[in-house]
Amino acid sequence: MNQVINAIGRNLPEYIDGYGKVRPFAGAFATAPDMPRQAPKVKQIFPGEQKLVADLETVFKRIPITDGMTLGFHHHLRNGDGVVNMVLAVAAKLGLKNLNIALSSVFPVHAPIVEHVKAGVVTGLDTNYMSGPVAQAVSRGLFPRPVILRTHGGRARAIECGQLKIDVAFIAAPTADDYGNLNGVNGPAACGSLGYAMPDAQYADHVVAVTDNLVPYPLSPVSIPQTRVDYVVKVDCIGDPKGIVSGTTKITRDPVGLKIAQTTAKVIRAAGLIKDGFSFQTGAGGASLAAAYYVRQMMEESGVTGSFALGGITGYMVEMLEKGLFRTIIDVQGFDLDAIRSLATNPNHLEVGADFYASPFNLGAAVNKLDAVVLGATEIDTGFNVNVVTGSDGVIMGGSGGHSDAAAGAKVTIVVANLLRGRLPIIMDSVLTATTPGETVDVLVTERGIAVNPHRPDLYEKFQAAGLPLKSAEELKALAEKIAGRPESITTRDKVVAVVEYRDGTVIDVVRQVD
Amino acid sequence: MDLRRTMLFMPGNNPGMLQNGGVFGADAIILDLEDAVAPQEKDAARLLVAQALQTVDYGDSEKVVRINTLDTFGRQDIKAIVPCRPDALLVPKVESPEDIKEAARLVAAYEQPGQTPVKLIALLETPCGIAEAYRIARADKRVVALAFGAEDYTTSLGAKRTKEGTEIFSARTMVVNSAAAAGVQSIDTPFTDVNDQDGLIADTELAKRLGFKGKLAINPRQIDDIHKVFNPTEQDIVWAERVIKAIRKAEAEGSGVASLDGKMVDAPIVARAERILYLAQLLGLAGGGLL
Repeated sequence: MNQVINAIGRNLPEYIDGYGKVRPFAGAFATAPDMPRQAPKVKQIFPGEQKLVADLETVFKRIPITDGMTLGFHHHLRNGDGVVNMVLAVAAKLGLKNLNIALSSVFPVHAPIVEHVKAGVVTGLDTNYMSGPVAQAVSRGLFPRPVILRTHGGRARAIECGQLKIDVAFIAAPTADDYGNLNGVNGPAACGSLGYAMPDAQYADHVVAVTDNLVPYPLSPVSIPQTRVDYVVKVDCIGDPKGIVSGTTKITRDPVGLKIAQTTAKVIRAAGLIKDGFSFQTGAGGASLAAAYYVRQMMEESGVTGSFALGGITGYMVEMLEKGLFRTIIDVQGFDLDAIRSLATNPNHLEVGADFYASPFNLGAAVNKLDAVVLGATEIDTGFNVNVVTGSDGVIMGGSGGHSDAAAGAKVTIVVANLLRGRLPIIMDSVLTATTPGETVDVLVTERGIAVNPHRPDLYEKFQAAGLPLKSAEELKALAEKIAGRPESITTRDKVVAVVEYRDGTVIDVVRQVD
Repeated sequence: MDLRRTMLFMPGNNPGMLQNGGVFGADAIILDLEDAVAPQEKDAARLLVAQALQTVDYGDSEKVVRINTLDTFGRQDIKAIVPCRPDALLVPKVESPEDIKEAARLVAAYEQPGQTPVKLIALLETPCGIAEAYRIARADKRVVALAFGAEDYTTSLGAKRTKEGTEIFSARTMVVNSAAAAGVQSIDTPFTDVNDQDGLIADTELAKRLGFKGKLAINPRQIDDIHKVFNPTEQDIVWAERVIKAIRKAEAEGSGVASLDGKMVDAPIVARAERILYLAQLLGLAGGGLL
């Protein structure tokens, strides 16, 4: 098989069965768009016509959904989602085959997909993140076609550019009216922002709202409007609130995690970013929240008002908004009840689509305006390339999500990681699966020192002046190996089980089958 | 002058914590074999701490081991730990000079030829220990510091432990005074509410005002705040530099008396200024021009 080497030195097949011709990653900003925006066919509805249908089966028959179609789903209900399984059960009952599932993230709750793959109902998966039984099944080669792993911005781009053509988008709607207006802030399965569903709603040929909270017309506020929704289906329950949101998200108590978080805040300050207009993205994990905690202390001490906080939104960010530390929250996904409450009530809490958040091919994604982003890693190499797809055993346990998008957009991209994860060094010569290219990563913060990407001598000088504990990536790697030894590399089979697309649609790496 | 602004306790039976002990920036790490370890785990912890001393890089942190009291497992601890080259032992519940003398005798017996002498820090945590503080500090030349443990002390007193610490005020001043008289350091009791940052800072500020040179820490999160309090302030450094310049000028002019802002600069003031500048240089807070 002919091979091609991409810009970060990954050896890729030129052509992958079930995926097609590989466009190798050429650099974070090297590939420009060369296509028009795709649009679904124009449709109409006459006065008096109803959108509310009795059940999902009726929707399948009316559209009609046929073999080989691509069904779109979003993941705001996370591990409490009931809609994907419900829809696929109907597909299986109706004997459909060869469906492609475009689900923005896959969680353990989606385990039934595995059985649908075995039965031939589902043969393709297009997602930005996956964990649990489906991810394990993909890694072990269960899917007949390679799974496509995108970024959150990359998925929006692929939909807008027509590369990910969604035939029918199913939107899990915590609240809807009978004419198809939807929002995520009310109802028993409230999840907050519906940002990842917005490109699906805009570009799919058919849009179906599935809700368990039907309210009288017209719904207010509206996240996704009636103008883009074909059918509304009322079901008993779209999700389990326990899996959708956590009551509160908490700062880590792990002393090493706190040390890293504190150092991260010092890095942000030393980079000169703690000033009026500061913008920030961090995740909802305990260590990321801890970084936000220390950044907040610095903002308060300096009397700084930030411009916006971005990404997965937590109560902690909401509190910063309400205390005037940020003027605005830009929200593509909420993580807890406070985030939902704030989105429903605060006009400075903006709900945006995944394209607004992070698409590389439009006239302005919010990530481009970020000053600092704090991101995690399961592995990082001495070229600062990051793996957030596969674990130390080679099995898929995540995905980029917004990782590569925010890394590319932010002025300063900080990757935080324990130098030793359990008994394994986190830093190596070459990551098993490259997800985010090193050229978009500026700083690595570990508990045993900070490494600055050589392409940022400006940051190095600032950190040196601030007395931060600087080491080269190679020194950190040597230190980790001195403590924990050098891990043996993982053996994989030849079969490509997932194609990791960079946000611009080029291939940054592939994941191969493990036993 | 050894820097002991923070001495951080780490449980001696937790391999993960022992491995990471050096990353928090504490001036000293105390690998604990006493209160953090259950009696049935004492032998395993002793082995683990011995291994950690020989294999883990604790960077710039001083390596201190808190042994058990000599009437429990302390003798076995000294035998196993001293050859592994700790910098110091923290001896708990010291009540008399004899306790220290016995510990020192055992340490000497197990030190290897050519080994840097192991220092002793006496942990005073009973009314007897406080009453004997000065004699304990003078009991052996290995003693470099007196540390105060308020929890056991107040239990012995039958006093209620409070955040304000009025019940331990006299013990604190006794420890500070005894240590200063004996020419060793004084280390304050830990602040036990790890979630009360303001309380920690206030308590550390009080300790500094009383004359303590450092504070025991029970959580890595406490380190930065304690350091901030014990570090010389910019104002301190400017003052110290002016004192030293004034004394140099007086010396150059052949005058035996220097004055600054209308006040005489005498020997204790010079000593205080020198200590501030020494600390400032050690911590990278000032240049090295004057000392």
